[in-house]
Amino acid sequence: MRLTREKLHWLYETMYRIRRFEETMLEQTFRGNAMGVTHPSDGQEAVPTGICAHLTEKDWIGSTHRGHGHCIAKGLDTKAMMAEIMGRYTGQCKGKGGSMHIADFSKGMLGANAIVGASVPLAVGAALTAKYRGLENESVGVAFFGDGATSQGVVHESMNLAAIWKLPVIFACENNQYAEATPAWYAVSTDDIAARADSYGIPGVQVDGMNVFAVYEAAEEAIRRARAGEGPTLLELKTYRYHGHFHADDPKKYRKSDEEEEYLERDCIQHFERLVSQQNAMTEAELEAIRDSIEQEMQEAVDFALNSPMPPIEELYSDVYVNYSNPLVGLR
Amino acid sequence: MTTAEATEPTSVLTDSGVFVPGPGYDVPGTVERYRDSFNRTLRDELNRDADVFIMGEDISGGFDRDTLEPLDAWGGPFAATKGLVQDFGPDRIRDAPISEAGFVGAAVGAALTGLRPVVDLMYFDFVTVAYDQLLSNAAKSRYMFGGQTKVPLTLFARSGGGTGHAAQHSESFYSMLAHIPGLKVVVPSDPYTVRGLLAAAIRDDDPVFLVNDKKLINEVGFAPDESYELPLGKGRYLKHGDDVTLIGMSYTSVVCKQAADALAEEGIDAEVVDMLCLSPFDEEIIVESVKKTNRVVIVDEDTPRASMASEFAAIIADKAFDYLDAPVKRVTGPHTPVPYNKGLETAFMPQPDDVVNTVKTMLGV
Ligand SMILES: Cc1ncc(C[n+]2csc(CCOP(=O)(O)OP(=O)(O)O)c2C)c(N)n1
Ligand SMILES: [Mg+2]
Repeated sequence: MRLTREKLHWLYETMYRIRRFEETMLEQTFRGNAMGVTHPSDGQEAVPTGICAHLTEKDWIGSTHRGHGHCIAKGLDTKAMMAEIMGRYTGQCKGKGGSMHIADFSKGMLGANAIVGASVPLAVGAALTAKYRGLENESVGVAFFGDGATSQGVVHESMNLAAIWKLPVIFACENNQYAEATPAWYAVSTDDIAARADSYGIPGVQVDGMNVFAVYEAAEEAIRRARAGEGPTLLELKTYRYHGHFHADDPKKYRKSDEEEEYLERDCIQHFERLVSQQNAMTEAELEAIRDSIEQEMQEAVDFALNSPMPPIEELYSDVYVNYSNPLVGLR
Repeated sequence: MTTAEATEPTSVLTDSGVFVPGPGYDVPGTVERYRDSFNRTLRDELNRDADVFIMGEDISGGFDRDTLEPLDAWGGPFAATKGLVQDFGPDRIRDAPISEAGFVGAAVGAALTGLRPVVDLMYFDFVTVAYDQLLSNAAKSRYMFGGQTKVPLTLFARSGGGTGHAAQHSESFYSMLAHIPGLKVVVPSDPYTVRGLLAAAIRDDDPVFLVNDKKLINEVGFAPDESYELPLGKGRYLKHGDDVTLIGMSYTSVVCKQAADALAEEGIDAEVVDMLCLSPFDEEIIVESVKKTNRVVIVDEDTPRASMASEFAAIIADKAFDYLDAPVKRVTGPHTPVPYNKGLETAFMPQPDDVVNTVKTMLGV
């Protein structure tokens, strides 16, 4: 695999940005600055990073309740994200969506979704638009979803649709092995989710989701196929979330520490650092410079969010329809 | 455990008047959280009838990787099923994958063939993932098969705003369920009513959906120790008064009571009706109260179009029109999804002040 220096730099920067965003966001949540529930994705950074490395703003992604990493890898602004989580008017969705609904349509981000499985058909629809317009080569749809979501009917319907219509879709199943407290070995009928692709007649690949280079490589082929008009691919990315299901969840209640340690040892950021130093691809000084600049970015994101205004009350009533200003303000 | 001390004992289980049970009633009971009453009632019903079992996501809270034993890590969503899997085992406290359409449909099938499934749908919003099974199978089987069969299914889920869960986890679309012929809908408002209504729902031979507003789950109140049923389809008075009727359902009954207390301080005597059931619902209590007070405000956290508030208003227009001294008023959520920002979310939900202001405007004071 050949990577340009810029790409290498971007992979590290993106993973590190996601990691620090999640840690910073959690800290702010515990300080009471987030307005609702947050689902951190630290541990899983290699997945959105390795996939979105191949995407442009013309490609679309659909995301989940655990969506901050997807947003960052797709190029969303961390200031606007932090402000959204803090419910501010300057947030990505004016403070109306929150952590579980961050979206940026100017960046090809179809929105985080709090209904498990519900964003998967949206990525299929985005791919349908691309095919309809004859733009498959420049606009693919990527559906991120969890192991838990594979139990939703709509996910299977989406795969069949994409397969029969040969749509440019990448089904990216982030198998972090838990859905809330429920382990995948209980809830999913197979330990090879990728193998389900066979039944739709599409390629399915199991990938080490803790290794950003492995993700990068698998995504490269899947996206090449999609852009070439060869149809969808299912990627199963084996990964792990370091924190609980949501900010206040204690995963020790349902996960064993040897398992947690095993994954911490395979941490995607440390793995990257080891590899680039072994191969003299990046210097420690370069890595540190990236980390420093991200540290500053996080501080700026928090300051920006905390100093941003709340949305005015009229925002409660706006954006319901495009061309109808609705008079039903609660009939009070 | 606190046993209610009886000064002038009244039986909460037989008194069909004002039901705000607590000290003063002649039955032993407990002051506890809504969710504890809920949990205790599930336990009673599992003990009472071997055909009752519970299904839902995370209700037995994961499994130990080595022993394969359930862990009850969460005690189920909102701790509703806490401790049950230890005593009843994973066959009766059955953890389900994230397949709402599938397991609600399977519950209908189990109910058609003799079991009495109880389904935890977690958040009320997830109803729509399983709506087809509810509408087309659960609610219609008895009718379209000419009365051959019945569907003794109970479902429950948590509704409402107030927790910063935003648009997809804060719904209160009661009317979307009450609209379905064949399905019953109940909305308890405190530990006493959830205990009686949950038992009644599970024992009822029709499909019943019990909605828990999230804001009620940690509310504390008195609930009798012994098991009992409250009638499906009956409301109750939370307070008697002469000047105006406030109609609440689920958490808005609490809002109405708070508003009535605030109004009392200003010399306005409001009556509070707690609907408890939305399908069937208690037309008589609405009409009786409005005939007495001649004014009515209906408080519903749902969005206003085609809502329960609209339905009650229609009944009042039909059956108590001549008694009205003022137009019927509805205090509801606006015709919008539920926003994330705390200030906007609070503005979305009917507040006691909104009710107080509506009443004062109505009375011209
Ligand atoms: C339709 C639906 N059912 C249930 C839930 C509650 N819920 C939120 S996240 C989650 C687990 C999702 O697991 P997975 O798909 O593996 O994603 P992960 O949380 O591991 O990233 C559940 C059950 C939901 N949000 N939507
Ligand atoms: Mg998962």
